Amino acid sequence: MPQLDLDTRDALAGAEAEFAPDHTRPRADVVPLYSPPEFVWRNDTERCRRCKRCVMQCGWRALSWQDRVGADHNKCVGCHRCEAMCPEKCIVVAPNPQHYKPHALWSVTHRKNVWKQGDTGGVLLTGMGNDAPYQVIFDHLVLDACQVTNPSIDPLREPMELRTFLGRKPERVELDAGPGSALALKTRLDPNLEIATPIVFAPMSYGSISLPAQKAIAMAAAECGILWNTGEGGLHEDLRPYAHCAVVQCASGRFGVHAGYFNAGAAVEIKIGQGAKPGIGGHLPGEKVSLEVSQTRMIPVGSDALSPAPQHDIYSIEDLRQLIYAIKEATDYAKPVCVKIAAVHNVAAIASGIVRAGADIIYLDGFRGGTGAAPTVIRDHLGIPVEIAVAVVDERLRQEGIRNQASLIAAGGIRSSADMAKAIALGADAVAIGTAALLALGCTLCQKCYTGRCSWGICTQDPELTRRIDPLVGARRIANLVRAWSAELEEILGALGLNAVESLRGSKERLRGLDVDPSTLDVLGVKPAGVGA
Amino acid sequence: MHHHTADLYTRNISGCGLSGMMSLTGERVDGRGIRDSIALLHDRSNGLGGGFAAYGIYPDFPRHFAFHIMYYSADAKDAAEKALDTGFDCARDERIPTRLVEGVADPPLLWRYFATPKPEAVAQSQSASDEDFVLREVMRINAEVSDAYVFSSGQNMGAFKGVGYAEDIADFYRLEDYQAYIWIAHGRFPTNTPGWWAGAHPFTLLDWAVVHNGEISSYGINKRYLEMFGYRCTMRTDTEVMAYLLDLLVRRHGLPIEVACKVIAPPFWKAVDRMEPEQRDLYRALRQVYASALVNGPFAIIFAHRDGMVGVNDRIKLRPMVAARKDDFLYISSEEAAIRAMCANPDTVWSPRAGEPVIGCRGQDVSTSAPLVSSTEVAHATA
Ligand code: SF4
Ligand code: SF4
Ligand code: SF4
Repeated sequence: MPQLDLDTRDALAGAEAEFAPDHTRPRADVVPLYSPPEFVWRNDTERCRRCKRCVMQCGWRALSWQDRVGADHNKCVGCHRCEAMCPEKCIVVAPNPQHYKPHALWSVTHRKNVWKQGDTGGVLLTGMGNDAPYQVIFDHLVLDACQVTNPSIDPLREPMELRTFLGRKPERVELDAGPGSALALKTRLDPNLEIATPIVFAPMSYGSISLPAQKAIAMAAAECGILWNTGEGGLHEDLRPYAHCAVVQCASGRFGVHAGYFNAGAAVEIKIGQGAKPGIGGHLPGEKVSLEVSQTRMIPVGSDALSPAPQHDIYSIEDLRQLIYAIKEATDYAKPVCVKIAAVHNVAAIASGIVRAGADIIYLDGFRGGTGAAPTVIRDHLGIPVEIAVAVVDERLRQEGIRNQASLIAAGGIRSSADMAKAIALGADAVAIGTAALLALGCTLCQKCYTGRCSWGICTQDPELTRRIDPLVGARRIANLVRAWSAELEEILGALGLNAVESLRGSKERLRGLDVDPSTLDVLGVKPAGVGA
Repeated sequence: MHHHTADLYTRNISGCGLSGMMSLTGERVDGRGIRDSIALLHDRSNGLGGGFAAYGIYPDFPRHFAFHIMYYSADAKDAAEKALDTGFDCARDERIPTRLVEGVADPPLLWRYFATPKPEAVAQSQSASDEDFVLREVMRINAEVSDAYVFSSGQNMGAFKGVGYAEDIADFYRLEDYQAYIWIAHGRFPTNTPGWWAGAHPFTLLDWAVVHNGEISSYGINKRYLEMFGYRCTMRTDTEVMAYLLDLLVRRHGLPIEVACKVIAPPFWKAVDRMEPEQRDLYRALRQVYASALVNGPFAIIFAHRDGMVGVNDRIKLRPMVAARKDDFLYISSEEAAIRAMCANPDTVWSPRAGEPVIGCRGQDVSTSAPLVSSTEVAHATA
């Protein structure tokens, strides 16, 4: 090996240092994109009336006009907005039929992810909930029905009661002698949230979703006698009229948080974790931080709103207790405090600690929960299903004799009234719905919320897109959904011979497992199908 | 938290007939009347369970807890007596008198004990009262001593039950030899059965005795709720939750009986929303706090305690229940004919409304409407 003089050697080392980034990270422009398009766009050119509506409707600008509609398949995310809006219904957006040789280990999704990372070198992002093919426990639980020995109840003819109270309850009621021979209530109850049906809306911040979308949800909550949740985006002035049924959230970014905000809502929620991204803070890209978002969040326009992963004043359960009581002080003990956590392995012990720390409501978000943006690897691999989380938390709180001290909200993958009924039977007081509400607004689950280009006007701040949602129409659709699920829940209760939802709550006896492994059934506390009482 | 699904099989469902009678003045009558009444309801049972509870039958031991225990093995008797010996001073123990009756086969060994808790044992167990101590010991024997079942544990009262038609059970236990101011009876129609003597009604705990016609559709949550307060459901029937709920609500939480009935069968929200503010607050609070104690599904129950007898239906009256008065006697039954079998000419007969308890209390008149609501109606939405 030739000897180099010192100067030459130093010069080379310096040059190496300077170019080091390029050695480890090739420049994107020299990397050809291998990822194939996910969808192919076609229209029937015979029927096309050349109105260009599809071109204008595509939030992702996949379509263009050059004498006829041209499609950049690579940009199409399969949101089906163009299809829905085409007056001739002559568009078909179909999965790319391209066929790869099957491989049981290397699924096409795995391959595509590797190609994408080869393209970009970045953390893969996604939106909405975990779409991986884990067993959906809800689909393996069946509900009981009455036959002969006890009668079913006809919900069309008999009263059915869904009214639910969320919050801390005393262990017992004490009475005093009232006027005359009557009795009066001696026990002072803690503030509770009364909801007409055991459904609340999941937190979805203004910023992650558009103002018209949030307004539609808030109006639906007011109409249905339930609650909506600000998420960690603050409370926009336009939504003040719906603050009485809002849960105002205090998350790690503390966006839009002040004493007036706490006092404006019906309850305050401390967000520790989110089912879609346990252990990770919220990510709102600067592109979505418009003037109004910036004012509501109290941050500069265009700045990335990256919530820290933990709340930096909560590094322990005793810190959480301090924040709970700080909020209770700030709201004069007039509002229940909810703590939202992601469902993780140790959720039962964590929940027990949170109840003992003073929380009145625990919001359990399962790993199927939705999000505006999350790293795909986090969304798809962290956390546990809400079915299990609810069952073990409810059981733990009962064993410790503190179940009455907090209500449980189950969230993360509640797709139907059946899921709701099963979650309640597993121990939830109520369920929260986010994705389902967005679906009612038109969302097609394209999972591209993080791009801020949602063609349906939901997950975007582009005024061209957000104005596609008329809050009145949206509220109608969402309220219809809540009404439909409530009516279906009444049907289920009737079949179970119950006329009050609290008689289903925690009544695992009315569930049976089908195709669930015995150890999971044990954890759930549910008997296998075929076993009677 | 770990438990196994095998532990979850706990319940056997049934239908039935009920009867009860009570002297409001405390006059004692023998068991023939109640026997005739429940015999009339023969077709409501299928010979797989019958039973009675009687109050005032042990005037010689009014302050002793009278434990009626059934044993399926001699070892069980030894084990249970060992448990009793450590906690109690026993004034007398004897075989429960019976006679051979056709239709009552294979009885277990039936024994009774008149005992008082040892103060030092009560103190050591950190029980708040003698009753709590008795409760704990009964739960413990029933859950832990195999082949031994305490089926009665009150003072100056007793339960008599077994597998057979109720009238045969009455003859078997020689109920004509007992004098009581309250009698309640039950004939059972289980839909499946382990031929299980302890599974017959009444279910008792301390002074509480419950007979029940129905199937508790909310059993799952009622049971889990009671477990939070240390009750263990071991009798494999849903009726025991009724007994434990009453014990919890009335004895431990101090609610008046009429309020406890409104916890078990609450008025509908529609009715609550129409109440005067104080009553509304009270009913809302009861419903919020005791949501898991709401007993849902069809039921008619008669329950008794040392001071009275109560009949109550579920809140939409899915099972029959009739009440009657004659002089100072109150009668409650599944059918009017069964009342007339023990009292040919009642002064009044009525059918209580859904969820409206009929409360007979010694030394007082019968109360039939919700006493909390004097000024306004507690009209049930279904009425
Ligand atoms: S919306 Fe339909 S009809 Fe209009 S240009 Fe597009 S494909 Fe043609
Ligand atoms: S609107 Fe949606 S489906 Fe249509 S081309 Fe654009 S991305 Fe594809
Ligand atoms: S909200 Fe919009 S971007 Fe997000 S999944 Fe639904 S349609 Fe796609």
